[in-house]
Amino acid sequence: MIYFIEDAINGILMGSIYGLTALGLTIIFGVLKVVNFAHGSLLMVGMYVAFWTVSLTGLHPYLSLIIVVPVMYGFGYCLQAVVIKPIFKAEKNVREPLTVIIVTTGVWYILDNMTLLIFGPQYRSIQDNPLKGKMIEIGEMMISVPKLWGCIIAIVTAVGVYWFLQKTRTGRAIRATSLDRDAASLSGINQYRIYNMTFGIGTAIAGIAGVTLIPFYNIFPTVGVLFDIKGFIIVVLGGLGSIHGAIIGGIIIGLIESVGPQFMTSTWTEAIVYGLFLLVLFVKPSGLFGVKYDW
Amino acid sequence: MAFLDIKNIDVFYGDVQVIFDLSLNINEGEVVSIIGGNGAGKSTLLRTISGLMNPAKGQIRFEDAAIESLPPEEIVHKGIVHVPEGRRLFSLMSIKDNLIVGAYNERADQYMEETLEEVYEMLPRLKEREAQLAITLSGGEQQMVAIGRGLMAKPKILMLDEPSLGLAPVLINSIFETIRKIADQGTTVLLVEQDVNHSLKLSDRGYVLEHGRIAMEGKAQDLLGDPHIKEAYLGI
Repeated sequence: MIYFIEDAINGILMGSIYGLTALGLTIIFGVLKVVNFAHGSLLMVGMYVAFWTVSLTGLHPYLSLIIVVPVMYGFGYCLQAVVIKPIFKAEKNVREPLTVIIVTTGVWYILDNMTLLIFGPQYRSIQDNPLKGKMIEIGEMMISVPKLWGCIIAIVTAVGVYWFLQKTRTGRAIRATSLDRDAASLSGINQYRIYNMTFGIGTAIAGIAGVTLIPFYNIFPTVGVLFDIKGFIIVVLGGLGSIHGAIIGGIIIGLIESVGPQFMTSTWTEAIVYGLFLLVLFVKPSGLFGVKYDW
Repeated sequence: MAFLDIKNIDVFYGDVQVIFDLSLNINEGEVVSIIGGNGAGKSTLLRTISGLMNPAKGQIRFEDAAIESLPPEEIVHKGIVHVPEGRRLFSLMSIKDNLIVGAYNERADQYMEETLEEVYEMLPRLKEREAQLAITLSGGEQQMVAIGRGLMAKPKILMLDEPSLGLAPVLINSIFETIRKIADQGTTVLLVEQDVNHSLKLSDRGYVLEHGRIAMEGKAQDLLGDPHIKEAYLGI
């Protein structure tokens, strides 16, 4: 029983980090109506940026956020402005532009292979890691400290993003654009600028997720793929465009993955995750917290 | 020089031409109606003025500057505000947030608080329901929010596309009363309507659009008395 609770807690903690990776994806989808296949690669880039920041400056891993967040925001902003926007403009009258999805797939391959070319295929992990293998003991339970911090950072990020979208001028403009592009333009909002900013925010969140992962996860060029597919499942599970849906969806996946192996071979947990994904699609296609209409 | 001056524009949807060599002008402070049947090109004309579409040929000048190739947000900034057909509210945002977004352009943003008070004064129902999501409102209330959102942008010209569409007669009267008030406060109004009787009574001048061309233009009163209009649009 004690192992069960321990696994459940660690699953919730890890799941909230999955949720954080899905949060960036869901925000980009909510506003641009584009499935960003490069999102795992952006997470990977975020991990490398964090890794090199920590390695070169000797900062505490979590302090690297002050560098990772602005760098990743700028990276996402420019990526959207330079690579994706022209396609968007060409498909101005399409609500869910399919060719953009193909472009993001191209970005995925280019980023992964560029990283492979520059940094090589080896697995890296941060040296002198102050959080390495750290555990809190509660009775007989062992809780991973970096995962606990990851969970806290994920929740703070989600609350922050929610507050930003609800209460700020730019946040309102982002919501308006997600609900009706043309009406937003007619209210004086430059929709392409909003897309750039949204992509920047989504990428910055991927960077935050990268920072939470580096204290206990290896860094390598294809690391994003592992999180990419989970991200999509979480986004569909939680509801497209829903912020708390992403976090809760992530926690559900994390729980299944960590508690499942107590009852079955761990490969079966994958089957349960995908089964749940299909079930949600059948029963509630808008996801657990998705709205019927739009974001 | 007219306030808004449209000269010889052609507009296409893909390969299909919708507006043919159309010219039209509006003077400051006027209320002008554009009437015509379904598919005559009325909405396309407004979409072209507001920059959602670009004319293939011709010029649109506002306050003596060419605007035909500007994006919509810059046209709003210049003071031409388009309240689109079908309200097009931000469905999952509160009424208040819908109105605040209306004042997004920099010219209007600095007066946002004051304008919000003015809009609430003119449309008190909106203040009562400011926290409600737009999607939960009735058609008439949604139209009020759409007009309010347009006013938040501090329009020099307010363009209204079918504001009375789908509303009960009582509500239609109150919508037209509101438009009257807006015009009385000195805002220039360009009104596209199928309710020809109401809109011409409110207007100084009118244009009749048929198959993408101006078929007739003149003083609103003259148009109301015209036998062709009586027969085609008023059913008398």
